[in-house]
Amino acid sequence: MKIAVASGKGGTGKTTVSVSLALSADVPVQYLDCDVEEPNGELFLKPEESVTTPSCVLVPKIDTNLCDGCGDCAELCQFNAIASQGEYAMVFPELCHSCGGCVRVCTHHAIEEIPYKIGTLKTGKTQHIHYIQGKLDIGVTMSPPLIREVKCAGKTEELTILDCPPGTSCPMIVTVRDADFVLLVTEPTPFGLNDLKLAVETMRELARPFAVIINRDEKGNRLIDDYCSDEKIDIAMKIPNNREVATACSNGETLLSIWPEYKAKFRQLIGEIETNMIGVTNG
Amino acid sequence: MKIVLTASSTSMDSLLCEHFGRAPYFLVYDLEHKKAEFITNDNSDASQGAGIQSAQNIIKTGARSLITGQCGPKASRVLGSAGIEIYNTDGKTLTECIELFSNGELSSSQNTSL
Repeated sequence: MKIAVASGKGGTGKTTVSVSLALSADVPVQYLDCDVEEPNGELFLKPEESVTTPSCVLVPKIDTNLCDGCGDCAELCQFNAIASQGEYAMVFPELCHSCGGCVRVCTHHAIEEIPYKIGTLKTGKTQHIHYIQGKLDIGVTMSPPLIREVKCAGKTEELTILDCPPGTSCPMIVTVRDADFVLLVTEPTPFGLNDLKLAVETMRELARPFAVIINRDEKGNRLIDDYCSDEKIDIAMKIPNNREVATACSNGETLLSIWPEYKAKFRQLIGEIETNMIGVTNG
Repeated sequence: MKIVLTASSTSMDSLLCEHFGRAPYFLVYDLEHKKAEFITNDNSDASQGAGIQSAQNIIKTGARSLITGQCGPKASRVLGSAGIEIYNTDGKTLTECIELFSNGELSSSQNTSL
């Protein structure tokens, strides 16, 4: 069972919810921190015995002795990552999407593929949780290859929590596309609602079953409730707005450290998801 | 000798375009025959790598010098590898730029960090 925790808007509480779910489960869990531009699950889970390995993609390397600068590879490249300067081709690996097309069109056999480091993969353990994190190198813009690597590093049989990147573009889609269930975390603000709508559209397009968690909920504010009611979307949980919780999170402590009673609520939520008692697919 | 200038429109009175890779047009100017030819930059709205591809196209024109506002590091690498000199200036028309260049009043720039 793979449960993805996503949102449209950033900073709504994806990691707070992911960490709470992982800590509440009564079975072994793997926590995949797929928010590779800013992985922060480890600040709360504090995994031990962590091992870091480099993560690479393949990019072309030109043998200038064999290359005659014909430019076929540059013409094929849809990402403008190769240019022929007349006598030989030049590669800009930071723009490459690793499609391998240039190798295939080169009739001079002047191109080989070499590894290009884009980030690091980190694994560790804490209590019953197996933590796997991807961290993109500074200056690298393409996160999907690293996110796929984080997902491949996990074991499929365990309960898996995917802490997603924010937004609704490629990094988020790569993370949620094969999830069994998606929890969309939002907050009752106009920005929260706007981005929730985008996330809901994305879930419907991907046909993922999903439900909403309202974080920083305020009594009397029905902004998200009304939208969910109109769209027939289940609200899986409401987490009240609370300064003590915010302070704890800022200090690397968890929601459960302030409100231990939420452990039962999160455990119940996992049960409801596993038994298909909650969530809609197409609303 | 041919030179290339980044042009904001297809008139000799138009301003030099300050961006290299995403300039709307390039003016290829033959100094000996005083012949001007404007070409459309197909890469002006590329999602990425506009400068790299524009540099490749400049090399194909056979020009030895480029006059532009700013040229980024990737495009500069491609142009530099083919021995094309880059001259930076701004706020002038194409005609003014050509005149300054012809009189040796523009200096080739090594500062391409922007």
